[in-house]
Amino acid sequence: MGFPYPSDPRETVVLSKYFGDAGARSFDGWTQRGGYEGLKKALTMTPETIIDEVKLSGLRGRGGAGFPTGLKWSFMPKGDGKPHYLVCNADESEPGTFKDREIMRWTPHGLIEGCAIGAYAIGAERCYIYIRGEFTDPWREMTQAVAEAYARGALGADAFGSGQRIDIVLHRGAGAYICGEETALMNSIEGKRGNPRIKPPFPAQAGLFALPTTINNVETLAAVPHIMVRGGEWYKSLCLSNPKSTGTKLISVCGQIQRPGNYEITMGTPMKELIYDMCGGLRPGRTLKAVIPGGSSVPIMNAVEAESCLMDYEGLVAAGSMLGSAGMIVMDDTADMVYQIWRLARFYAHESCAQCTQCREGTAWTTRILERILAGKGTDTDFQLLLDLADNMTGKTICVLSDSCAAPVVSGIQKFRGEFEAYISGSRQPVVAGV
Amino acid sequence: MSLTTTPAAGGHDGVHEPVFVGDTRARLEQYFTLYPTKQACLLPALWMVQEARGWISEPAIGEVAEVLGVTPAYVKGVVTFYTMYHTHPVGRHFIQVCTTTPCGLCGAEDTVRALLQQTGCGDLGATSPDGRFTVVEVECLGACGFPTPIVVDDADFIESVTPDKVPEILARYP
Repeated sequence: MGFPYPSDPRETVVLSKYFGDAGARSFDGWTQRGGYEGLKKALTMTPETIIDEVKLSGLRGRGGAGFPTGLKWSFMPKGDGKPHYLVCNADESEPGTFKDREIMRWTPHGLIEGCAIGAYAIGAERCYIYIRGEFTDPWREMTQAVAEAYARGALGADAFGSGQRIDIVLHRGAGAYICGEETALMNSIEGKRGNPRIKPPFPAQAGLFALPTTINNVETLAAVPHIMVRGGEWYKSLCLSNPKSTGTKLISVCGQIQRPGNYEITMGTPMKELIYDMCGGLRPGRTLKAVIPGGSSVPIMNAVEAESCLMDYEGLVAAGSMLGSAGMIVMDDTADMVYQIWRLARFYAHESCAQCTQCREGTAWTTRILERILAGKGTDTDFQLLLDLADNMTGKTICVLSDSCAAPVVSGIQKFRGEFEAYISGSRQPVVAGV
Repeated sequence: MSLTTTPAAGGHDGVHEPVFVGDTRARLEQYFTLYPTKQACLLPALWMVQEARGWISEPAIGEVAEVLGVTPAYVKGVVTFYTMYHTHPVGRHFIQVCTTTPCGLCGAEDTVRALLQQTGCGDLGATSPDGRFTVVEVECLGACGFPTPIVVDDADFIESVTPDKVPEILARYP
């Protein structure tokens, strides 16, 4: 539902059904609401049949990359005699995204259940849930829920009397956006600086502690119990457009919009319907200028593109952007695009782990050049300079942080060039002091 | 070199009392059972130090290194990577304010201004003259639908902070 606002009838409420319902947080409350049925059922199935069911559902990674979940699970080696790990990525920090936070705050047992099913399916001896340090409420809820799940026999040496051992450990981050990148996250659990690792080896071969590891986003794992209970076919049928995008998706809508919140839509819902109907449109008298649909790392869309696109993996790619983590940042006609792009670049410059030169230097210089433009000291050559920098920052580094910085800059120049020119020509007053 | 007599560089009292004794030591031992390496307990151990002392001093880094069997230089490298660990003392109440794009679009800068003014901190990162508050600007706190969120003392996450709510919020933190 569009928490904190009441659910909209156009939503398809699966994961968000109990957002705002504090009664769903306890073990008893969760079981009374039909919880833990997915885990109980999964424990009667073989790992292979669980993976097949997830494959059938078409569930894809909800953290940003959109990789098919069942396929990812099937990459885990079988019978290798080594410990395996499942890691749940709860380091949600992509600007615009705040869905995993609500899943953990309101339905912690739902996530525990998903993690437990995942751990069983891939033969993991332990699941680590990496929660960002700033998420104090989710941490509190998850800590309590994990303790309760152990006490009630859902976790531990003999999960629900199945003879299966399932362990979950919560790991608290300490402030680093980059730790949301899967290999940086694994380094962080290992007690290292959160620098991303070069792939290959991929986590399924050598991940956490150099052992076979699967890493999934909170929302992905939280969807799994529902797939167990209602079946892969049901999940697959939740699709309004492209059959490769199935199920529901929590869209975190924020920015200059009437009713910001988490809206759970069926894949393929038109963005126009989401913005104008479910979220109540823009503030009175305002018109839509831009949307960043998938968290700050994806290309910016202008109003025309936004109003004509479908919200699923393919629909947004077709519109020149990406679904990403579905953190949708809405900007109205009062937004200063140069300023906003500068602010995004500053974010990436701050969050760069500084391992790769292209990223360390590129994010910092992009920020400074944009700041120069905002100070009224830009020149016409700055466009080419920014685009050259962006080119050097795209596809040339260990992880995609620098690509993420380049995406809004390139799309911003393409779609809102006039606003940059206004600062450069002096027709618009500088908004920051000189650099 | 005994940890208890190491002068605390820039510390409050010049003497570092060990953190990992008694219950805290027991908690750390509990963490050892949850990870295959001791090194993996570094982030939890640093959190324990910060909870106990409010910040992570050089001697505390030395103590963490000793209990986990890594070098102090290694620990310092990790401490300085993560923004939430304080490497110098901060006010009694530490306030993180989100100013990233979604919050920035919804007036985060006004909230920052109100906080700086009413805490008496004046500048970001500075501690108020009475030692009560330190306010810092942070990147995305992951509550973009509730602008502007703040985190106080690594424990209280407060949503939708607008300038008019600042006096009431600050009053909760004497």
